[in-house]
Amino acid sequence: MSEITPEIVAEHGLNKEEYALVLEIMGREPNLLELGIFSVMWSEHCSYKSSKKWLKTLPTEGPQVIMGPGENAGVIDIGEGYAAIFKMESHNHPSFIEPYQGAATGVGGILRDVFTMGARPIANVNALRFGEPDHPKTKHLVSGVVAGVGGYGNCVGVPTIAGEVEFDPSYNGNILVNAMTVGLARADRIFTAQASGVGNPVVYVGSKTGRDGIHGATMASAEFDDDSDEKRPTVQVGDPFTEKLLIEACLELMQTDTIVAIQDMGAAGLTSSSFEMASSGDMGVELNLDQVPQREDDMTPYEMMLSESQERMLIILKPGKEHIAKAIMEKWDLDFAVIGTLTDSKRMVLKFHGEVVGDLPIKPLAHHSPEYDRPWVPTPDSKDVKPEDVKEAADTTAALKTLIGSPNMSSRRWVWEQYDHMVMGDTIQRPGGDAGVVRIHGTNRALAVTSDCTPRYCLANPVRGGAQAVAETYRNLTSVGAKPLAITDNMNFGNPERPEIMGQFVGCIEGMRDACLALDYPVVSGNVSLYNETNGKGIMPTPVIGGVGLLENADRLATVAFGAENETLVLVGESKGHLGRSVYMDVLEGKREGNAPVVDLAAERRNGEFIRSRIEAGLLTSCHDLSDGGLAAAVADMAIASGMGATVTKPATCSVPTTAWLFGEDQGRYLVSVADAESFLSAAKQAGVSAEVIGRTGGQGLTLPGGSTISVAELRETNESWLPNYMAS
Amino acid sequence: MKAAVIVFPGSNCDRDIQVALRQSMGSEPQMVWHKDADFDSVDLICLPGGFSYGDYLRCGAMSAKSPVMKEVIARANKGVPVLGICNGFQILAESGLVPGALMRNAGLKFVCRDLHLKVERNDSIFTSGYAAGQTIRIPVAHHDGNYFVDSEGLKALEDNNQVAFRYCGADGTVDLANNPNGSLNNIAGVYNAKGNVLGMMPHPERLCDAALGGTDGRAMFESLVAALS
Repeated sequence: MSEITPEIVAEHGLNKEEYALVLEIMGREPNLLELGIFSVMWSEHCSYKSSKKWLKTLPTEGPQVIMGPGENAGVIDIGEGYAAIFKMESHNHPSFIEPYQGAATGVGGILRDVFTMGARPIANVNALRFGEPDHPKTKHLVSGVVAGVGGYGNCVGVPTIAGEVEFDPSYNGNILVNAMTVGLARADRIFTAQASGVGNPVVYVGSKTGRDGIHGATMASAEFDDDSDEKRPTVQVGDPFTEKLLIEACLELMQTDTIVAIQDMGAAGLTSSSFEMASSGDMGVELNLDQVPQREDDMTPYEMMLSESQERMLIILKPGKEHIAKAIMEKWDLDFAVIGTLTDSKRMVLKFHGEVVGDLPIKPLAHHSPEYDRPWVPTPDSKDVKPEDVKEAADTTAALKTLIGSPNMSSRRWVWEQYDHMVMGDTIQRPGGDAGVVRIHGTNRALAVTSDCTPRYCLANPVRGGAQAVAETYRNLTSVGAKPLAITDNMNFGNPERPEIMGQFVGCIEGMRDACLALDYPVVSGNVSLYNETNGKGIMPTPVIGGVGLLENADRLATVAFGAENETLVLVGESKGHLGRSVYMDVLEGKREGNAPVVDLAAERRNGEFIRSRIEAGLLTSCHDLSDGGLAAAVADMAIASGMGATVTKPATCSVPTTAWLFGEDQGRYLVSVADAESFLSAAKQAGVSAEVIGRTGGQGLTLPGGSTISVAELRETNESWLPNYMAS
Repeated sequence: MKAAVIVFPGSNCDRDIQVALRQSMGSEPQMVWHKDADFDSVDLICLPGGFSYGDYLRCGAMSAKSPVMKEVIARANKGVPVLGICNGFQILAESGLVPGALMRNAGLKFVCRDLHLKVERNDSIFTSGYAAGQTIRIPVAHHDGNYFVDSEGLKALEDNNQVAFRYCGADGTVDLANNPNGSLNNIAGVYNAKGNVLGMMPHPERLCDAALGGTDGRAMFESLVAALS
């Protein structure tokens, strides 16, 4: 009787056609271990089978790119012989089931993707999305995820310097936990997973292998239903202490001339790491599973190959260097085991108790994974909301107060004070600014990092939303004075087998591509998380963009806090009063309608370059990009950050209704304060950049047109109280 | 002045204090791996912050039993100055070099933010660069900084002026509203009876550079250099 029944195939998430391909590749029926390996390697999570076709269309090249997608993380040149290595990755499904460990291991996983390439992690960022505040699970999930992100990042001693938190009913059954790490390496000391050298030892280091996380990659590739809680055993448990030791041990080992290739064991653990290494070097590999350090008794080859136990690395050493690697691992009290050798068979041969228990061809399995051109339909156009069709706020100050005290606009201080954002002693812009900024240790250069996405725009118009997400990171990096260099993307979507979801994906990619091309701002790494659906209800399309930029002179860092009293506020970029899909419409009018704002990419670039030139010349005293909540929210942020008031005046020539002018979310805009307005305006004119004076700094209160004066203290109290009160309630 | 920074498995503020010491000393402190109990004779020993041994048993409990700590205790008892920051304070308390214990924060959450400290006395080698009663701004970053000691111990601490710093407001007010973790009497740092060992939860090494947001921590390292050079 056949060991592999159709039920077993289905349990492994493979459909009929896929199983037929398995049979063809194997030339025989696979055993259960082999089937398990196919299952994880061909899971959506590992194979990108639904998304590959579209991801290929993203621009990935540029003079700053050292290594683009395809490696563990993207690598860019940041000058003076240094490289920044970064990537963002999702841990959505596990975090919903077990928020603390799900989030913690998400951070651990992305750290490993970065240090496996030879970089010391220097900054963490995370983008979190939860269900509506009133949903019974939300508070528990927020509390667990935030504690998990902090618990891991704080312990390993990497500062968490930026991020975002959003609430929306579409995430009620599928929260999003996207974690990003930025690492620093010497540009000529980058390590890859490309195996070479027949007979070279395959070495296992780190934690022991347990039964945790078996089939995690398969779980991440399926929809949830009411029984999702039963999947808890597939969530891994993190050990940040071991990770810290692993970072130090690996970086120490990388200083010696012993490593051929190195790869972390992430999703699909030993299976994917060994396959990736052998396949990228076009090698074969033979593993003796008896040698795998095991945490539990009587583990089977199936369990060992599919376990997602954390804090493990696979290394191909140069011949005869085992003793050096072993001594370093022992210094750090980490397991070290030679578990196999490289061969020229181009096959993976797995031995256990002296017998061959698995024998699979490497290339066909890794490279001939199914690739789907899933049917898709474009998202129907939304009708625009005209500024004059929105009724004027009776009191714009009261509206602002409601807005900045609302769940999605309130301060995230409660979150980031639980993250160590200062460890490593180089954080020059802490959370709460437009981007987090860390100095490159021992130099006066600095990296700025931000993550952004506006899912409500993506829902209304995926193409505009995709472009906007990229542009917003560009703007946030620009606002601190950094030159945007490259992005990582974390594509969170619903079930790609539904054409309308696939249409959202295709649309967002199109918008992202346009923006990346227009801004010379390529994608160097990324991650796709599909099937974010529960009982057939999907999340809003959420392509989170992580942007990295460079400040060549850290002293020129710009911040959102006003510089001095009685300076001129200048609004850069055109204001048309776009209220469609704005937070104003959502919070004040209770309407989620209209189209997403257009991103004029030429203006985006022109305005960004102009702002950066002013910051570099030291001509701005503060700078903030305009995003959710428009001009009014931006000026409120700046007042709160500086403890200084301002008076905003609508230019006499402006025909946009006051409410739309204050709260509209037109793109490509910045609010700056300057000491010398005249020369600033003339420089803007020369650069073809739209700029107008809209007020002055000073005093203890903020005064808006169409409103009254509100004290900065009251603004701060309103902005900072919602989240702690909610979490305490 | 010669200084040593002890590096435990899981220490993560070792580089931060190395940078701060280098800045004030003008020379390199020695970084000592915890398995190396036989380190050079130095004028100051620092126990850095972090999560030694993952804080898995009790914060600082396992490090307190590390080979190097026997030596640190012996030298401290001979009068060598020892500074323990954050996890270093927890290790000092677990080693018995300073009185008391650090419990989980009263709010049960990790807290990372700048706050104000009142410098209780400036007749110590650690604080001569401050004025007595001065309010300084220094960050904390910990999950277990809730200082506790029994009532007799507390009385002894207060009577002997062993409290080094108290959490306070920007105006120097020492009250519950300005207590980030539930510490008894808002205690942020304590000396041993002889005054040569200081344990503190806040991180002076994190604010020694204007680019990082302040320089109030610097006077502590300058005080030590002045006293020990």
